[in-house]
Amino acid sequence: MPNPFPSTGSSMSKNAPDIRTGRLTRQEIDANFGDLHPPLKRPEALIEADRCYFCYDAPCTTACPTGIDIPGFIQKIRSDNLRGSATTILEENIMGGMCARVCPTEVLCEEACVRNTHEDKPVEIGLLQRYATDPIFEAGTQLFERGEATGKRVAVAGGGPAGLACAHRLSMLGHEVVVFNRDEKLGGLNEYGIAAYKTVNEFAQREVDWILAIGGIEVRSATLGGDITLAELRDEYDAVFLGIGLGSVNDLGVETLPGALNAIDYIAELRQADDKSALPVGGNVVVIGGGMTAIDIAVQSRRLGAKQVDIVYRRGPEQMGASRFEQELAQTNGVRIHHWAQPIGLLGDDHVSAVEFERTRADNGKLVMTGERFTMDADVVFKAIGQALVDEPLTDELQLERGRIVVDAEQKTSLDDVWAGGDCVRGGDDLTVSAVQHGKVAAHAIDRHLRG
Amino acid sequence: MADLTSEFLGIKSPNPFWLASAPPTDKAYNVNRAFEAGWGGAVWKTLGEDPPIVNVSGPRYSAIHSNDRRVIGFNNIELITDRPLKTNLDEIRQVKRDWPDRAMVVSVMLPMNEQTWAKYLPMIEDTGADAFELNFGCPHGMSERGMGSAVGQVPEYIQMAAEWAKSAASIPVIVKLTPNVTNILPPAKAAKDGGADAVSLINTINSIMRVNYDTLTMYPSTDGMGTHGGYCGEAVKPIALNMVAEIARTRETADLPISGIGGVTDWRDAVDFLALGASNVQVCTAAMVYGFKIIDDLVDGLSSFLDDKGMRSVNELVGKAVPSVTDWQYLNLNYVEKAVIDQDLCIKCGRCHIVCEDTSHQAITNTVNGERRFEVIDEECVGCNLCVSVCPVDGCISMQQLTEGVDPRTGQPITVEKANWTTHPNNPMRKA
Repeated sequence: MPNPFPSTGSSMSKNAPDIRTGRLTRQEIDANFGDLHPPLKRPEALIEADRCYFCYDAPCTTACPTGIDIPGFIQKIRSDNLRGSATTILEENIMGGMCARVCPTEVLCEEACVRNTHEDKPVEIGLLQRYATDPIFEAGTQLFERGEATGKRVAVAGGGPAGLACAHRLSMLGHEVVVFNRDEKLGGLNEYGIAAYKTVNEFAQREVDWILAIGGIEVRSATLGGDITLAELRDEYDAVFLGIGLGSVNDLGVETLPGALNAIDYIAELRQADDKSALPVGGNVVVIGGGMTAIDIAVQSRRLGAKQVDIVYRRGPEQMGASRFEQELAQTNGVRIHHWAQPIGLLGDDHVSAVEFERTRADNGKLVMTGERFTMDADVVFKAIGQALVDEPLTDELQLERGRIVVDAEQKTSLDDVWAGGDCVRGGDDLTVSAVQHGKVAAHAIDRHLRG
Repeated sequence: MADLTSEFLGIKSPNPFWLASAPPTDKAYNVNRAFEAGWGGAVWKTLGEDPPIVNVSGPRYSAIHSNDRRVIGFNNIELITDRPLKTNLDEIRQVKRDWPDRAMVVSVMLPMNEQTWAKYLPMIEDTGADAFELNFGCPHGMSERGMGSAVGQVPEYIQMAAEWAKSAASIPVIVKLTPNVTNILPPAKAAKDGGADAVSLINTINSIMRVNYDTLTMYPSTDGMGTHGGYCGEAVKPIALNMVAEIARTRETADLPISGIGGVTDWRDAVDFLALGASNVQVCTAAMVYGFKIIDDLVDGLSSFLDDKGMRSVNELVGKAVPSVTDWQYLNLNYVEKAVIDQDLCIKCGRCHIVCEDTSHQAITNTVNGERRFEVIDEECVGCNLCVSVCPVDGCISMQQLTEGVDPRTGQPITVEKANWTTHPNNPMRKA
């Protein structure tokens, strides 16, 4: 990983940016990056499970992108049938362990919980899901078996949530799978993109290991468009699934300067760091964007010891991609969120020292500039304004729309032997849980296709 | 403030709450603590012959819990007192002397021969105790030796022992009944025929709590073996209430004073027993689960309730609900209720729909005009109260009487005229 903070010349300079390591001790950082939501203990889980009303046609299940039978798994927690509970979860969502940690439950299952109606306090579904699944991953218990071999071979490009979910379900259905993965580790954004305090103790890798342990899945290191082409995969395999994510970062639209970084690159480095106190951290950090990544980089910067962290988003709080819970998490971590302002330039000579913004407003839903400008001091600027599909390997072969792969309800692309899912498809919502659902749905569609 | 003072068989106590004969009344230390806490009386733990019995040194109790470990049902295999008779008699005498305003009843269990009763009862009465309670109820251990419920299950034995007790005692005699019978009335009548002054019920119910899921042996066990115990606590209250009401509403036993026992935990439970015919109540399990302090809620909860009802004393409440208890055959078959769901309170959990759909009469919608909505279909609703019972929101579903028009389910006109099974055309035994 390259140093994200290349030398900025003389550190004695009057204008030298305040960027340094060791703002906090390793102990302080360990405490800051512990579990955001500590797991429930058994007595807590039993009491919480008792709060579930076991609804008919449960709204929480309807709200879950993977359709987990939530009252069903909670019922099994009540009877100490954790293995059964975990099976209910994982048979619909093979990454039910990770989703229990990272799902924005406050806008999914827990928002739909009927308990909100009369007491404003939903059942803690996410924490219960974690309670049910943790023992499975700790013990490495396999709950699913590889199906009877069909002799069919499927290529999966991308080792993130969509690809792994697809690969696992294909293996359950008896197909042989080869996963082509670009990064050093499997897991995609689960491994490189999610805030560290949401997935502690190497959970992402433990989950990957557990998924692969079903067998029938070979992993190769390769990048689509580099080492291999889609045409080659279609030629060599009976079907192809693309779960390649979004490989590039959107451009800020202003001239860049050293010290202006991609949030996802820094988060990836943070996630892979053995000693987080050795990471360089800015004094004044400005984050541009309004999604989960903006929150993740802002909160983590504070927890690494940044003195002042400001998020600037060009629209209002309702339009932010980050949920209300995430916005409040940022605020309770001392992050200031500014709305209705867009960056128009980075200031500084050989390194960013401030950002100039122009205030915006909505005019019939359309964003317009107001002409009113202000600047904000910055030692580091993080761009968290979304990512884009690296489409070169695909353009000639696949139908794309607004920079995403077009798929049908069964995740099938414009090619009749290629399916796709996760962040790279049109209509995705950048959630792990949705990527898993895409992979699962695609696997069943591929299975039907192969059994023709 | 309503007057809570209670008089049962002439025995006065500051409130109608007595501790039942059980571990909480085993010795002076406990009973003194109970009286300090405010309990109206105590039935001393059952005395037997000397030398005393022995208890196991393993588990005596176990419980059925809710998920937050609230005790719902409770079970015990403890026998009668395992202390020497003299120790008990000395303590009873002293406690009664120290607490003259509290009821002091002594429970006894003796073998089925008259000489034994004639020997022990005067000795016990000499302590100054207010009354005897004859333990014909305990279903475990002692019943194997021909005592406890072994007596309570044979009306002839109840009558015989009651007669012996009455002839040996000059203070009142209460017969404590076992619920381990198919019909509580013959034992109650036998007690009355034997001269008993009152009955108390229920004692505990034969029970095995569960198995140990690791060893697949009975739980709890003593050195790997277990034996059935007596079941009590909140879970048994409905069984007790039925037996109390049966005695209170039956002509031959209606004048027999009743001390109500079985699952009393808060003041509302006491209201149930009193309204269904008990003159006072006895409590054990709730004290064993929470300690003696629960007497505070029992006393001021009942007092406030009486005030709200405009009743000046407990006696005004006693038996109030008895006339409303009848046989099924006398229920008015012309009376029609339908469930009504308050849409403003409904949280749309759908429990009412699924239980009605799966197990009852398919009388609640799940979708109306394409939206998730739960409404009662009057054409199908038989008024069974299942939806009311399962709805998690108190007051959301209520049963409402149809007072005019036609019952959309049966097509029959609603009438104020009453009609019951005894005259129904489908009843082959109907009266002309």
